[in-house]
Amino acid sequence: MSVYPLEHATASATLRRRLTAVEEVGKFIHAKPLGAAGAAVILAMLIVAFLARALAPYDPYTGDYELQFARPSLDHWLGTDEFGRDVLSRIMYGARIALFVGFTASVAGCSLGALLGVLSAYWGGRVDLLLERVMDILLSFPQLILALAIASILGPAVQNVVIAIAIPIVPRVARVVRAAAMSVKENVYVEAVRALGASRPRVVLQHIVPNVFAPYLIMLTAQLGSAILAEASLSYLGLGTAEPTPSWGLMLSGSAASYAEKAPWIAIFPGIAISLGVFGFNLFGDSLRDALDPKLRRG
Amino acid sequence: MASYLAKRLLLIVPTLLGVASLVFVIMRVIPGDVALLILGGDQGSHIDPQQLAAVRQQLGLDQPLIVQFGVWMWGLLHFDLGTSLWTGRPVVEELLIRLPLSLELAVLATMISVLISIPLGMLAAVRQDTWVDYVVRVVSIGGLAVPSFWVGILVILFLVLFFGWGPPLLFTPPWEDPWANLQQMIWPVVTVGYRYAAVTTRMTRSTLLEVLREDYIRTAWAKGLAQKAIVIRHALKNAMLPVITLIGTEFAFLIGGLVVTETVFTLNGVGRFVVDAVAHRDYPVVQALVFLIAFGFVLVNLLVDLTYAWFDPRIRYQER
Repeated sequence: MSVYPLEHATASATLRRRLTAVEEVGKFIHAKPLGAAGAAVILAMLIVAFLARALAPYDPYTGDYELQFARPSLDHWLGTDEFGRDVLSRIMYGARIALFVGFTASVAGCSLGALLGVLSAYWGGRVDLLLERVMDILLSFPQLILALAIASILGPAVQNVVIAIAIPIVPRVARVVRAAAMSVKENVYVEAVRALGASRPRVVLQHIVPNVFAPYLIMLTAQLGSAILAEASLSYLGLGTAEPTPSWGLMLSGSAASYAEKAPWIAIFPGIAISLGVFGFNLFGDSLRDALDPKLRRG
Repeated sequence: MASYLAKRLLLIVPTLLGVASLVFVIMRVIPGDVALLILGGDQGSHIDPQQLAAVRQQLGLDQPLIVQFGVWMWGLLHFDLGTSLWTGRPVVEELLIRLPLSLELAVLATMISVLISIPLGMLAAVRQDTWVDYVVRVVSIGGLAVPSFWVGILVILFLVLFFGWGPPLLFTPPWEDPWANLQQMIWPVVTVGYRYAAVTTRMTRSTLLEVLREDYIRTAWAKGLAQKAIVIRHALKNAMLPVITLIGTEFAFLIGGLVVTETVFTLNGVGRFVVDAVAHRDYPVVQALVFLIAFGFVLVNLLVDLTYAWFDPRIRYQER
């Protein structure tokens, strides 16, 4: 009987070096130029919002009736409104409201939705049936009318606008996360962890939640833009933030349209600010989805 | 298929009952009293409490809430949407005045957006990560980013400044004067249609991208089929299901979503009617409209699911 010596296979390729943070950013800009443009817009918006006090040339609340409807000039780059307030300063301070409402409403709505989605998928049975029906009811309720009604109940204040915008987000996210959690739950490793005697909270928190994080993140970035837009729409309809708060939607409501012919800058610039902000979040969210969703990656 | 249909129809009942209860509760929780508004009490003038009680009794608002809810539900079961507390006319009558305008706006916007979005979405998917894809994505993401009320304001501003045109105060139905109707509707349609087209283009692009990665598409390439045949005959057909869902649900919600556009263009449609009704605390009108929109949404969802089963044999076989 001959004896064969055992040989271990050795890998010929070496592992690729881990990229530094700067290299990762460079790779993202190169692979997703539109996403990078979106990220740049978001960054600019954040800087303006945080440094509004230092950057804004005038006080956004103080008007000067002698300067009503002043055309864009070197003194007032984007002109003044019907109260003689500087439009540029109001837009800069408006970024704070837009970001605050956008972030808090979408984080609150998406997190609650994700929690309900995971619970619904993991518990199944009656809990799932009940939660699904509640989500059905909220989903078939027209979004803007629901926000309109909630805003009417709570009154015009920033925190109420957040609640009015967050609630309609909940069922949309719950649906998506529930579907993702259902497929994660069926994986063999989850079964193995359960067989090893892991408690329910441990299975949910350690094994299901991290695996539904990608759809959660995609929904979050997608909802950020629409939350900013919803705030503008509610303020435009007179149910969002109230005067004299510098909010982009509010700047376009009422007088802006009626003075549009006389002073078009009042109507044009806040609209550009809203569009650019939402555009930035949507571009970034879109590229993030392309990057995180294996089905959309280039083959 | 029959048991699937029965199950789906049964599930509609609790959803609609839930919507009806939710809108009823919300309207009762909103501060403000329609009787007080009718008597002009919101302007701070003194109101005789007896007079207020009489109006409340006349409107049936003195009844316990559970009775009011019962009366409303009983009416719904008999296809009676109630009477507007503000105008005193049946809600159906009020709706029929405004529905043709909103429906025309919704149908035209849907048609325009479908005609634009499907070819654009296809083009972007086939040319992924090229300049064509980038342009289509920027234009479609722009459609989602630009507030429709702002587009409306800009369109009106442009027309007023350059053509001296202002939005007409009265709606001309298409059967009375099609040309005048088109002139009135074209701008609101473009405003609504752009947003709608943006949503559909994005959906067409992403679902087509998913389908183009499937094995059977690779097989089709390997068989030597032309790109046109692969994209249109093999991929597009299978990518259409989520797009149809989106078109359906967007349409169902369009009526409620027209609120802002109708306000900008001073169109007396259903959307503006809802906003006014919420402001006037006109409970029967808001309740009826929300219920009808929810009913439309549930119905469209059901139709979409049935179309799915019809289009995709796998779903039919699962149900057997």
